[in-house]
Amino acid sequence: MPSDVVIRGRAGGGAADGTHAPSALPLFAATVQAGFPSPADDYLEGAIDLNEHLIRRPAATFFLRVLGDSMTAAGIHSGDLLIVDRSVHPGDGKIVIAVIDGELAVKRLYRRRGRIRLLAENPRYPPIDINDEQNLHIWGVVVHAIHSFT
Amino acid sequence: MFALVDVNNFYASCERLFEPRLEGRPVVVLSNNDGCIIARSQEAKDLGIPMGIAMHKVKGALKRGQVHVYSSNYALYGDMSGRVISVLRRFTPYLEVYSIDESFLDFGGFADPAAYGHEIKDTVYRWTGLPVSVGIGVTKTLAKIANRIAKKDPALNGVFLIPDDSRHVDTLLGALPAGAVWGIGRRLAARLKKIGIATALDLKNAGPTFIRARFSVVVERTVLELRGTPCLALEMTAPAQKGIIVSRGFARRLTDYCGIEAAVATYASRAAEKLRRQNLATNKLTVTLRTSPFDPPHRRYASAAGFVFPEVTSDTPEIIGAACRCLKGIFRPGLPYQKAGVFLDGLEDTAARQQSLFPAAGIDRDKSRALMKAVDRINADWGRDTVRFAVTGTQRPWAMKQSRKSPCYTTRWADLKLVGG
Repeated sequence: MPSDVVIRGRAGGGAADGTHAPSALPLFAATVQAGFPSPADDYLEGAIDLNEHLIRRPAATFFLRVLGDSMTAAGIHSGDLLIVDRSVHPGDGKIVIAVIDGELAVKRLYRRRGRIRLLAENPRYPPIDINDEQNLHIWGVVVHAIHSFT
Repeated sequence: MFALVDVNNFYASCERLFEPRLEGRPVVVLSNNDGCIIARSQEAKDLGIPMGIAMHKVKGALKRGQVHVYSSNYALYGDMSGRVISVLRRFTPYLEVYSIDESFLDFGGFADPAAYGHEIKDTVYRWTGLPVSVGIGVTKTLAKIANRIAKKDPALNGVFLIPDDSRHVDTLLGALPAGAVWGIGRRLAARLKKIGIATALDLKNAGPTFIRARFSVVVERTVLELRGTPCLALEMTAPAQKGIIVSRGFARRLTDYCGIEAAVATYASRAAEKLRRQNLATNKLTVTLRTSPFDPPHRRYASAAGFVFPEVTSDTPEIIGAACRCLKGIFRPGLPYQKAGVFLDGLEDTAARQQSLFPAAGIDRDKSRALMKAVDRINADWGRDTVRFAVTGTQRPWAMKQSRKSPCYTTRWADLKLVGG
């Protein structure tokens, strides 16, 4: 007897506003002996779409790429892909994309008792003190980092 | 009640989103071929750089003003436009996309339209990073005017509602030249001025029947809309596409057949991609070719040739083949050509496609579809023209100059914005 494997997932599909092509994982419902129909065929449910898992609001979501090693302790390495959702509130402890001297940079936001700092997650990089809320420019909040092992 | 939501300095704002160092600095965006200035940031407007002017005429001013100059990046602008529209759709399904950066929203039935306008403005900015202005009025024409006022007066914080109080409205319209009213072009404004109609208020107070008799029913509608009588409804469904055009001027004049053939083949290939992206197929192709209409008469030339396919198609080689055949028919040697175009007509949904009784000889439909799918896929993943047909040429002296184009930050993997880590 072949061991039947059924992977269940919601039907895939692109982002509602078409900003991203669906990256679907092909789904095979069953291993079948040649010539016989699979008992799982009636349960085919399409493909698992990674976008659905990673992107809550396509219109507000941008992909950026990291260059540098200041966030390695947070699990963010040079070359990693960042998924940034601008609609998420940049609260204390969030990993954010901040505008520093006109450039975008990924940092952890510290915001407690009226004190605002942008922290690196690597002891070699000092924290940046923001003296005034007015001078804090948050571009978006990092919701996922994708690290590739190949 | 209508709202017009419009992105401030749309193209420049898109460029700035990914280059925050441009904040507060003058930015301009150039037309296809880097010819003219088609968009300006507020700072560039303040420098007195005119809209539509040829770039070479203001080179000095651009340099002196340290203006940042970009080629147009329609992949970026199109993606950002789609994002703005999808945010707006969360606020109401009754929406008309009027242009790449403007949408009309039905604002009927909201208790506090101005507050809703502010919420829309803040949400679009937070989600997409693009600043918008919101103009609200009882007609589309008044919403347009309200939007213009919202943009001009910083104290309004980007949102303006034309009030009910008619005296107040008249003061606003009295300060607005008639030519600034939606639908009143420069020529029409000049004709109106001759009969004493200089401001939007004059136009509002002109008799609608007189205006219809003297001008047209379209201008009469504008008068009524200024008076607060809605004549123009939301147009929510875009009219079905009748044809696909890919037509471009060459970077420099071309005389040799091979160069023009490569350009026409590229346009044909681009048109075929557009077809497939919308799941359409075509049954008629037209190629146009011309020199400049400003050339001396003996060099002035413009011609077109058409081809009808035996069966609707979206197959790039078939479309390129037909385009080249058409071009052969209209090409005259020795002329300095300036522009060519490919036009696809008779569009059909591929889902509803009918097979021909007499299929085109030598074309295996299944094979062609599989090949086109593979080509589109590769080009989507690796960037446009990673795979293309040899006839489209390798040198491309005719290709548009776009020497200052920013990366396609939101549509290409290779172009993602880098952030310091």
